[in-house]
Amino acid sequence: MRTRPIRVTVNGVAIERDVPVERFLIDLLRDDLDLTGTKESCGIGVCGACSVIVDGALVSSCLMPVVLVDGAVIETIEGLASGDALSPLQDAFIARGGFQCGICTPGQIVAASALLRENPRASRADVDGWMMGNLCRCTGYEGITNAILAVSRGSS
Amino acid sequence: MTFDYHEPATVDEATHLLRGHGGDAVALAGGAAFAILYRQGLIRPGHVVGLRRCEELRGIRLEGDALWSGALATHREVERSEAVRSHHPALAEAFARIATVRIRHQATVGGNLAHADPAQDPPPMLIALDAIARVAGPDGARRDVPVERLFVDHLTTSLADGELILGVSVPPVVAGTRATYVKFLPASLDDYATVSVAAAVRLDGDGRVASARVALGGAAPVPIRARAVERALIGARPAPALLRDAAELVRDEVDPLDGVRGSAAFKRDMATVWTRRALERLVA
Repeated sequence: MRTRPIRVTVNGVAIERDVPVERFLIDLLRDDLDLTGTKESCGIGVCGACSVIVDGALVSSCLMPVVLVDGAVIETIEGLASGDALSPLQDAFIARGGFQCGICTPGQIVAASALLRENPRASRADVDGWMMGNLCRCTGYEGITNAILAVSRGSS
Repeated sequence: MTFDYHEPATVDEATHLLRGHGGDAVALAGGAAFAILYRQGLIRPGHVVGLRRCEELRGIRLEGDALWSGALATHREVERSEAVRSHHPALAEAFARIATVRIRHQATVGGNLAHADPAQDPPPMLIALDAIARVAGPDGARRDVPVERLFVDHLTTSLADGELILGVSVPPVVAGTRATYVKFLPASLDDYATVSVAAAVRLDGDGRVASARVALGGAAPVPIRARAVERALIGARPAPALLRDAAELVRDEVDPLDGVRGSAAFKRDMATVWTRRALERLVA
């Protein structure tokens, strides 16, 4: 098995691991670092369940060859809360019923975090456009959209 | 299954590695197409040449009157670039509507072209804008290939072993040219299009079509240019009947495959409908 040393900062913690070169970022997160909040569903970049932020950009961790994240700063769902204090988006997803079964929820919240960081005044149209590829088979999206708009400063 | 991973610092080293390993090597840009093909077992290269340290492949800028996008520019960089938005707004808009923002953050201009998937969005728009791919070979060799001639078959380009795409150059449009990109998305907005149409049209002072470029995605094993449609438009006044008749000519230019996004016959019908709609958007 051919490996390569990969150095990353994950949720503020510097990490170095020898990783098989054919793996993807989601394998590093879930299998090596035990960060299982990031979910794998479709495995080909369509569903958004594995959304993470790499060097500030929202991506699908299942599509990201691990060799390409060497040196990167990575943020996952586990990095959003401060201790026991949830992030405003996490609170809003609970308050507005932004989930049911929960499997897509980490990806939804990470994606929404990236949106509001880039565009703190996101409108409903902005939310719809940005969140389009984060699939949910339970909620019908209304609760998710309302949760994001509750935190967006442009919605009130 | 695994592979040897190489990460050269220069394009010269990269082309030598690619040539040295022949058909057993693939170049890795943003990794989106690579991941989709690799995870489904469609490619099993023995060597992967990562390009991310090759600084000369980065950046979007004006070179004289032409717009240059390096191969490693992401779709999102194209979408947001001031140079693209001010010189080729239709190109920025086409890139803004590719798949999802996650894909646009990862997929690159060069990787997309090398992937040669006929259902992708950038090739038809780039063909309609007469874009040229600059290709690097070993020992400093450079050649220019019109994007229109880059594709030879499904998932196959005209690049030789040891060649890689440096970037694309989009020439300036003549003042008054209008361009657009439309796609038929019967399922969801982030899906691949059943068919898509890019068009660029300019009218002369007399209201006749002075120039026309029409290109389609999803309508053949490669992105195609609809020359019969273009010929029918040139010199004519763009009345509704002319646009309808010209668009109808695309029927014999497409070569669609049966697929999950429609039968060949359906795609042929939709190619005519969406070609007409693209033209109507430009001259209505």
